[in-house]
Amino acid sequence: MSPSYQDLLGQAREVISEVEPSEVAPGVAAGNGPLIIDVRETAEWDQGHLPGAVHIPRGFLESRVAGMAPDRGQAIIVSCASGQRSLLSARTLHEMGFTNVTSLAGGFARWKQNNYPVVVPRALSAAQRSRYSRHILIPEVGEEGQMKLLDSKVLLIGAGGLGSPAAYYLAAAGVGTLGLVDDDEVDESNLQRQIIHTTDRVGMNKGESAKVAIAALNPEVQVNVHPFRVNRDNVLDLLSQYDVVVDGADNFPTRYLMADAALMTNTPLVHASILRFEGHASVFTPYDGPCYRCLFPEPPPPDLAPSCGEAGVLGVLCGVMGNIQATEAIKVLLGIGDTLSGRLLIYDALDMTFTELKVRRDPDCPSCGPNADLQLRDYEAWCAGVGGHDHVGATA
Amino acid sequence: MVKIPPVLRHAAGGTPTVQVGGATIGEVLIALCEAHPAIGAQILTPEGELHKFVNVYLNDEDARLLQWVDTPVGDDDTLLILPAMAGGRA
Repeated sequence: MSPSYQDLLGQAREVISEVEPSEVAPGVAAGNGPLIIDVRETAEWDQGHLPGAVHIPRGFLESRVAGMAPDRGQAIIVSCASGQRSLLSARTLHEMGFTNVTSLAGGFARWKQNNYPVVVPRALSAAQRSRYSRHILIPEVGEEGQMKLLDSKVLLIGAGGLGSPAAYYLAAAGVGTLGLVDDDEVDESNLQRQIIHTTDRVGMNKGESAKVAIAALNPEVQVNVHPFRVNRDNVLDLLSQYDVVVDGADNFPTRYLMADAALMTNTPLVHASILRFEGHASVFTPYDGPCYRCLFPEPPPPDLAPSCGEAGVLGVLCGVMGNIQATEAIKVLLGIGDTLSGRLLIYDALDMTFTELKVRRDPDCPSCGPNADLQLRDYEAWCAGVGGHDHVGATA
Repeated sequence: MVKIPPVLRHAAGGTPTVQVGGATIGEVLIALCEAHPAIGAQILTPEGELHKFVNVYLNDEDARLLQWVDTPVGDDDTLLILPAMAGGRA
């Protein structure tokens, strides 16, 4: 005779032990207890769950458990609403080779009755769950990571070659607020690479034009247009409003100013620069890794610093480098993976090679070294060789 | 072997690498600038020092953290000249 539901529960109890909330509570309170997998449906989870628990709806248990519990010998407690689905789920895990699985007796209901702490998650809406479903499936991102991105604010210096792809992908990824600093207008010659702009928006401010594109892609993203150049007077106020800055500037005065301001405001700076077929990328984490001036202590004079406008740039290169920036910004925001902090990535599109150089903190760094005199310098004047710094005569 | 970045390649006749001799980084750079004076004009100050916006890597290590221009080099080493690049927005 086919087993009844009660039979199935009975069979599960033969191989799975049940643990009372009182046995589980100390580990939960200390944050060092076993992994708790809540197998209820999403709507139930959203009403509240055990602190520190992870959510895998029972229907996805077999396919997703390895992402949450890579070690089959690790201690796992499965929980549900009343302790029955968890028992059946625990048995499934047992059959999958997990050797230390128990079921929370009485489930979330008994946990709550005993007045143990409960977390009511801030949940994504159904529309957000659908839009960001491919992120949510990644264990390193998940719903929590996606909510972090939605709460994050990224400032992009420039909405041009690098800013176009970076802003587009950050918007698609659901970074909640994007600031776009650009005083320039869309020109026809930009469209070979600045893919966030369109032919019918030639003449529009680049930030405004990017805002139109972002609104069409992801209307949930708040876009702050800053239609001016960053300078000594506005940079600190601007940076203080954001979590990460993505530098896609086209000139050295802005890059050096951003490098110093990022240190002053303790803002991680995601760097990339491009010319012809070559791109550089790095991440400068204030006082934890090297800064831009550990790598290049002083800016070059303008006659030795060709811009893309003079030297040209392969349009596609912007996509590669801008998306490396977007990737690094997301990793910094989520605190996952190894960023390019301490490394300079050099991409040569002509040879199709990626080269990595070590970048170390310079003990004599004029911006972040122990004897640094960190201040917002007039790099415009310095780069132009007309004063603004003690050493200007030696370099300009 | 000295790797020439794209920004300096026109000064080296368009070539991405140059073979020059020398027992130290400094000697290699002098030989490079003698062979290609246009590179010297870009990376050296009038006093003959390297500009501070130019970095030199021996293999993947910052030469300033080795013995800078006095760092010994062998035949198999690769020297990379790395000037700062600014492009991005325009």
